[in-house]
Amino acid sequence: MIENIRLSFRGILSHKMRSFLTMLGIIIGIAAIIAIVSTIQGTNEQIQKNLIGSGVNNVRISLNQGDWEYDYSSGIPDGIVPVTDEQLADLRKIRHAENVSLYHQRQDYDGVYHAATSLSGGYVMGIDTSYLDAAGLQIRSGRGISSEDLLHFRKVCLLDTDSSNSLFQGEDPLNQTIEIRGEPFVIVGTVGDKESFQPLIKTMTDYYTYSGEKSGKVYIPSTCWPVLYQYDEPEYVVIRADKTENMTAIGKDAESILNQNISGDYTYKAQNLMEQAKQIQQLSQSTNTMLIWIAAISLLVGGIGVMNIMLVSFTERTSEIGLKKAIGAPKKAILIQFLTEAVVLTSLGGILGVITGIILAYLISNLNGTPVAISVPASVFAVAFSMAIGIVFGILPSYKAANLDPIEALRRE
Amino acid sequence: MLLELKDICRNYGTGQAVVVALKNACLQVNEGDYIAIMGPSGSGKTTLMNVLGCLDKADSGTYILDGIDISAMNDNELSDVRLHKIGFVFQTFQLLAGETALDNVALPLIYAGVKKEEREKRAAEALEKVGLGERLSFYPSQLSGGQKQRVAIARAMINNPRILLADEPTGALDQASGRQVMELFRKLNEEGTTVIMITHDANVAKNAEKVMYIVDGELSDHFGGDVHEQ
Repeated sequence: MIENIRLSFRGILSHKMRSFLTMLGIIIGIAAIIAIVSTIQGTNEQIQKNLIGSGVNNVRISLNQGDWEYDYSSGIPDGIVPVTDEQLADLRKIRHAENVSLYHQRQDYDGVYHAATSLSGGYVMGIDTSYLDAAGLQIRSGRGISSEDLLHFRKVCLLDTDSSNSLFQGEDPLNQTIEIRGEPFVIVGTVGDKESFQPLIKTMTDYYTYSGEKSGKVYIPSTCWPVLYQYDEPEYVVIRADKTENMTAIGKDAESILNQNISGDYTYKAQNLMEQAKQIQQLSQSTNTMLIWIAAISLLVGGIGVMNIMLVSFTERTSEIGLKKAIGAPKKAILIQFLTEAVVLTSLGGILGVITGIILAYLISNLNGTPVAISVPASVFAVAFSMAIGIVFGILPSYKAANLDPIEALRRE
Repeated sequence: MLLELKDICRNYGTGQAVVVALKNACLQVNEGDYIAIMGPSGSGKTTLMNVLGCLDKADSGTYILDGIDISAMNDNELSDVRLHKIGFVFQTFQLLAGETALDNVALPLIYAGVKKEEREKRAAEALEKVGLGERLSFYPSQLSGGQKQRVAIARAMINNPRILLADEPTGALDQASGRQVMELFRKLNEEGTTVIMITHDANVAKNAEKVMYIVDGELSDHFGGDVHEQ
């Protein structure tokens, strides 16, 4: 076998030009597929990253009325109670959930002031010590909310980057005081997204989605919530998943736990970013599937090219085949020799195609600004597939060679 | 007896266009014989050679080689017989242009399943024996006609065949090279190899112990009236 492969390589190298032209079809086909797949994969990863945030993976569950998120500023609906201790314990038991935190949230259009500057459209969040970790936030300066803050109802708060920019315009906000609903709160820290989160905004929709998130948040101890807003306001839930893939399942589990004791028009719903990401991905995928089909046609043409060249090379080498049969090569040996040659040729084409495809993918990404993710399974599959092409399109010429009449073959010179 | 042909017939074509290539050919060859078969072109020489070499099957008659009935064998068994019992030498050498002398000689050993080192060792010895020990890594294009034919002979002998079959072995060679090849055949025959050589050249045929003639597909051990020496 090794002998056969060695001989095939020698054959291929002795006809460099012809071998290259034969492989060209395979190279182009495989390169096109790899380039398309890499671009799709890159775009998908980007979409996922933009919507979910890499390494953050948090699932938020909120109360919905019908299809809309319920806003507690219009009062607590009948029969809706805060999350019970049993429910929280159950939430913590969900598989793949790494951290669970309950929090309050209110979009307070005219509630937060620093001197005369208002944080219009900003969010006030009532959090406990577990929130920052569960939501994937990092302390940028100062400290977080401590258990003492919660225990002593301390009027302290954290700002995120956006609220800090809106209220202080680049000034250091630490130890300054802001007013929330007329109550003074001392800023003890600032928080930001994890550094790995890098949003990319490409369309207006992206912009609106993202800017909605960007209006700024102020975090206060959850025990202070009743002072500003109302008692017994039900909490939102944020759960950090271990992996992005598990977010949907965690969301489902959390929904069923929280929906146990409520009824009517109200339901808890997980904000399913994973699902949203998938929908967008599917959209880009369906257009690219067509491209893959087109590339597959070029692979087919490449395969036919291989068959052609094999048939030509077999006519050229009739006397070689005749001699080999005369000196005692069995049919099987000739068949294997030719088949190996076809497979080596197409595999080589496949490998070159993968390399070309990767280069092409980077070129496309440079021109279009789309990201690239080289898919190892796709590359392996591409090479395996070109091997299969070698077998499929090599079998006819090889079979012909193996069944050649040695007398006839030796007569032709 | 090493080899026996009994009433071998071989026709080509069908219906009106039947060409009779061999007509009731009988031949007996003992171990160590050196036989030349002479005949003009179109007399059935090559067909006889192909039948003897197990490349072609007779339409009727029996062929016993080394005690085995060849007539009843299938393709794979025939290639095995060619591999182990027959060595071919052709007029046009039939060397693989892309392979060195050593690899050309070692080729049959690949099919015999011999390991690489062993193959190279034996091929080198065989080339040594035909006087080409210095040219192991030469390609056919770098060798003269006589040298090429000696490489071909080394290849034919590599598997220690029972018969060496040569089809016009000197046909493409000048006289000096032809003599060298004949010298080699004589030496191999003296060492016990059975040689059957087909030629139309009486001077070449003289080297054999026994000369047979074939005319219009009929094989006989005496010179028929209508065959003219060339």
